[in-house]
Amino acid sequence: MIYREAGDFKTSYRDDSQTFPIRLDRWGYYAILAVAFGIIPFVINDYWANAVLVPFLIYAIAAMGLNILTGYAGQVSLGTGGFMAVGAYAVYKLMTAFPDVSIAIHVLLAGLITAAVGVLFGLPSLRIKGFYLAVATLAAQFFLVWLFNKVPWFYNYSASGQITAPTRTVFDQAVTGPAASAPAKYLVCLVFAFALAWLARNLTRGSLGRKWMAIRDMDIAAEIIGVNPLRAKLSAFAVSSFFVGIAGALLFAVYLGAAEVGEAFGINKSFLVLFMIIIGGLGSIFGSFAGAAFLVLLPVLLKNTLVGTLGWPTDLAAHIELMIVGALIVTFLIVEPHGLARLWRLAKDKLRLWPFPH
Amino acid sequence: MNAMTQDGYVTADGRQIGPVVMELRNITLRFGGVVAIKDISFDIRQGEIRAIIGPNGAGKSSMLNVISGFYHPQDGQVIFKGQVRPAMKPYQVARLGIARTFQNIALFEGMSVLDNIMTGRLNKMKAGFLSQALWWGAAEREEIENRAAVERIIDFLEIQNIRKTPVGRLPYGLKKRVELARALAAEPNLLLLDEPMAGMNVEEKEDMSRFILSVNDEFGTTICLIEHDMGVVMDLSDRVVVMDYGKKIGDGTPSEVRSNQAVIDAYLGVAHD
Repeated sequence: MIYREAGDFKTSYRDDSQTFPIRLDRWGYYAILAVAFGIIPFVINDYWANAVLVPFLIYAIAAMGLNILTGYAGQVSLGTGGFMAVGAYAVYKLMTAFPDVSIAIHVLLAGLITAAVGVLFGLPSLRIKGFYLAVATLAAQFFLVWLFNKVPWFYNYSASGQITAPTRTVFDQAVTGPAASAPAKYLVCLVFAFALAWLARNLTRGSLGRKWMAIRDMDIAAEIIGVNPLRAKLSAFAVSSFFVGIAGALLFAVYLGAAEVGEAFGINKSFLVLFMIIIGGLGSIFGSFAGAAFLVLLPVLLKNTLVGTLGWPTDLAAHIELMIVGALIVTFLIVEPHGLARLWRLAKDKLRLWPFPH
Repeated sequence: MNAMTQDGYVTADGRQIGPVVMELRNITLRFGGVVAIKDISFDIRQGEIRAIIGPNGAGKSSMLNVISGFYHPQDGQVIFKGQVRPAMKPYQVARLGIARTFQNIALFEGMSVLDNIMTGRLNKMKAGFLSQALWWGAAEREEIENRAAVERIIDFLEIQNIRKTPVGRLPYGLKKRVELARALAAEPNLLLLDEPMAGMNVEEKEDMSRFILSVNDEFGTTICLIEHDMGVVMDLSDRVVVMDYGKKIGDGTPSEVRSNQAVIDAYLGVAHD
């Protein structure tokens, strides 16, 4: 009875196609934005930024990227880690080559460079589908990691083979390097996550999004109604890689500060982001955020409970934590294969009628 | 049929049929050693309802696939609006204004009815990437204009109440109707229907027949359909092509076809003595 749509009439197609057609949803969305932009930056500390919020926002961007490719356009990819590495190394090269240009522009450029690389590795999708495409993108993953390891130009010939983010500022606030403060890091990631989520929503509700979904649901029928499969698939790879590249750039420059490619952007990253969108919900922007939150928060929560509350030794807790997360993922997939986004929708459908059963 | 001229003819129920839109000239289609279509020629005229009938395996669906650009015949020409059509990809054929439905429904199951029908208008949406990404200017304007056009089709086919339902949840008969709506949304010059009434009960068939007739009547759409139900075909169509084993065995008005000996033999069987 509280959450309802009765009486909320739409009198134009414009109103009917808005992102949050139900008034309460809209208010909730504005409230979350107000808290995220207006309150959290003033109360955030290093622990919350580094352990929870910054990785959550960065992984949400990566998850949105993969969701566009896999959830909306139906092209399976296991190359997310490799594409994040492209973003990271691109932003590193740009930061060191052009120190006077704003980091924000570098991150965007890194996204564009990753988009170009993504299109290149997306070419096989024109001939192969499903598992076979997954294997082809896996090749991209291993090739890219190998490339960044073997060619010293990418890490500026540093002795350790690592890349380290120099200090860069936005509005005179350091956002990368050791001097960066928690609110600055958080705000940079938040602005990117917000802007990209808005972009993703716009792209998926318009004609491009319909082309992607048509290709996903039935490529033959899509072609017969006039969708050019080549352009639809490659545009999905480009947009997806743009998101993933930005996530990789932020992960390296803002969150990690220093990275070694095999460790930071290995195949584990690809699987992590894939789990995020499967648990969150394929083909849903909200699901990308929910999945990222689930997989970033759960380990933190478990660690705090096991070590902090129950007083277990750290090494034991670390192992148990892996097992619990794994078991939860499996349980989750059995109980609700369509992910958190679906659960959320079901909950809202129930709420519409509550307290009545029908 | 009244006298057939270059410019068309007048049907039994008084509708004026125009000049030839689509002409198939000596089409032969082979799959390896199997000849699916053997040297078939016929034409489809502006504004008419043209049926292709024949027993199972006669090559009807192959014929429709040739018209919609899915198969490329080894021999013969497809002449659309007076010009020989080169071998094209299906999406290029769609842009010429040829829309179709499938024998076994080919809807986008993960999308709502509204989104499915909106995909029919993709070729009319030209907003650039940036405009779409920012949802500003052309993208939003187009979306609303095309939504209005789609809503007219939704009203026309009486599916208002299911507009936001995911297609996967609909019963068979309604799916067929949504697929027709998606094809209509493209405002095609030529609409190809592959067994629009397969698997339907009498009531659903009557509904579908009514829709096909009113599409032809109100939008002036030229329709080419494949159907097994003889009663429906004879009632709906202006001219009928009969195929058997990849060959054309009859062509003419329903009454002409019905009295054609070769057609009777193909359908009823003939004693070999």
